[in-house]
Amino acid sequence: MNMATERKPAPMLDVERIRADFPILGEQIYGKRLVFLDSAASAQKPRQVIDAERMVYEREYANIHRGVYYLSQRATDAFEAARETTRAFLNARETREIVFLRGATEGVNLVAQSWGLDNLKVGDAIVLSTIEHHSNIVPWQLLRDRLGFEIRVAPVDDEGQIDMAAYRDLLDERVKLVAITHCANSIGTITPIREIARLAKEQGAVVLVDGAQAAPHLRIDVQEIGCDFYVFSGHKTYGPSGAGALYGRGELLDAMPPWQGGGEMITRVSFEESRFHEVPHKFEAGTPNIAGTIALGAALDYISGLGHEAILAHEHDLLDYAMARLGEINSLRVIGTAREKAAIVSFTLGDIHPHDVGTILDREGIAVRVGHHCAQPTMDRFDLPATVRASFGIYNTREDVDALYDGLRKTLEIFA
Amino acid sequence: MFDLQDLYQEIIIDHSKRPRNFGALEGANRHAEGDNPLCGDQIKVHLIVEGDTVREARFEGRGCAISTASASVMTDTIKGKPVAEVKALFEQFHRLVTGEEEPSDDVLEVDRLGAFAGVRDYPMRVKCATLSWHTMNAALEGRDDPISTE
Repeated sequence: MNMATERKPAPMLDVERIRADFPILGEQIYGKRLVFLDSAASAQKPRQVIDAERMVYEREYANIHRGVYYLSQRATDAFEAARETTRAFLNARETREIVFLRGATEGVNLVAQSWGLDNLKVGDAIVLSTIEHHSNIVPWQLLRDRLGFEIRVAPVDDEGQIDMAAYRDLLDERVKLVAITHCANSIGTITPIREIARLAKEQGAVVLVDGAQAAPHLRIDVQEIGCDFYVFSGHKTYGPSGAGALYGRGELLDAMPPWQGGGEMITRVSFEESRFHEVPHKFEAGTPNIAGTIALGAALDYISGLGHEAILAHEHDLLDYAMARLGEINSLRVIGTAREKAAIVSFTLGDIHPHDVGTILDREGIAVRVGHHCAQPTMDRFDLPATVRASFGIYNTREDVDALYDGLRKTLEIFA
Repeated sequence: MFDLQDLYQEIIIDHSKRPRNFGALEGANRHAEGDNPLCGDQIKVHLIVEGDTVREARFEGRGCAISTASASVMTDTIKGKPVAEVKALFEQFHRLVTGEEEPSDDVLEVDRLGAFAGVRDYPMRVKCATLSWHTMNAALEGRDDPISTE
C-alpha cells in the first residue's frame, strides 16, 4: 500500500445499496425477514452476477475455443476476459497461471493428482494444519494411501491460531509440500500465511494455499504470499457454484502432467499418442462451466468495485459487534478467538445441541450453519462434536447480529 | 403451519434434559450402535430380550434434544412389550414422524410417541427422531454392524 492510499479516510460500504443488489434478501422465511448468516458455506449472489450469467445464455452462448463463428468467438472472449479478471484479483504475474475449475476442492485434487503423483514418494512428508477443511485433507490422504508419504499436522493453540513454533519443528528436508488454509472456514482464523510460506520455501517445499474462505474477505496477492498454488471457489465469493480457479506458478504448471484427459486440452490426438495444449488449457479438459465462469468474473469485479479495505472494515465492525453482543450471553462459548480472524463466529450455547439451536433460529428466519463444518479435526481439537456458526458478509448488518442475539435468547427460554 | 412449540413440546424438552433409562445395562443380551454423521449423534441401545418379550431397555450416547428424547421415550415405551408389538410400533412411529400417519392413534398417545409428530415439519430432523428406533430394531435383529442414518 502506498502513502497516498494510506492517507485516505477509511472507506465505508454502502450496505443498504449492497443489500438492494441481492434479490434473495427480500425473501421472507416463515413470514420473517431473512437473516442470512451462512455466507461461509456459500454466499448469496448480487443481481450483477445473476444478470451476467443470464446474459451469456441470452446473448452470447456457444462453446468456446473451437467455433469459427461469431458467437463462439464472443463467448471465448468473455471466458478469457474472466481469466484476466481472476489474474488481477489474485495478482498473479501471468494470465496463463489461472486454471478454471469447479472450485477449491477440484483445485486441491488437481494439484494432488498431477503435481503430487509426480513429486511425492515414500520417505517424503507433507504438512497440513489442524484447521483444514476436509477438502484439503482427504485428497492428500487418498494420495498418501497410494504413494506412502507421511502427513504431518501443524497444531493450533487454544485460540485456534497455528502454533508457529510447532509448525517450524515439522519442517525438515523431507517436507516436499505445505498445504494450509488462508482462513479457517470453521472458526475464522486468518493464518500468518506469508510467514508459513516463507518458512516452507526455506526448506524448498512447494506451498499450496486453500483460499476458499479468504477470497470473499481479504485482498489476495499470490506473489506477496509467495505460494506456488492458490485455490478458491466462486460460490463463496458471491459468484456461481461450480466455478472456481486454481492459481499455479507458471513453471510448475508447465512441468506438471495433465490431470484429466479429453477435448480442449489437446492439440493432436491419434491412437498412438496425444499432444497436449499449453497451460492453462492443458488442465481444462472438456467443455467448462462457460456461463458460470464468466459470471465468476462479474462477482470478482463486484468485490473489487467495493474495495477490500472497505469490506474488511465493515466485516471487522460486524465481528466486533457480534463478539460483544454474544458475549452478553453467559452460557455462550466462542470457539476460535485468534487475533487475526474473519467475520466468522463459531460457538456453543450451554449444553444445548447445535442442531436444536439451528432449528429454533431457522424458525426466526435466521440461517446459520450447525455441525462440524467439514472440519472434524478442528472439532476434535476443541473436543466438540459440533458448533453453531454465524458467518457474515458484505450484506450483513448490526441488525442481523441483534436478530441472532434475540434468537439465542429465545432458544435459551425454550430449553430453560 | 407448525409452531416451534409443536416440535419442542414439554415432553421432549423434559426427556432430553432428564433422559430415562440412560446408561449401561447389566445382563443385556442384545446391543446395537447407531450413528447420525450429519449431527455427530451417536447412540448405543442395550436390551434384555426374554423369549418373545423385551424385558429391559437402556441407552447411552450424546445427541440433540430430539434424538435424546426419542431414545428416552422409546426405551420407556418398549419395556415389557412383546417383540412383535415393538416392531409394529417402530413401523408406526416411522410413519408418524415422516407424516404418513396422523397422530390420532391411541397407542401413540398413550405411549407419548405422538409428541414427536411435530418432527414431520422439519425434514432435516426426522433422522434425529428415528435414530434410536432404527438402532433398537437392529439390536432386536441381532445385527452387529453400526447403524447409520446416511
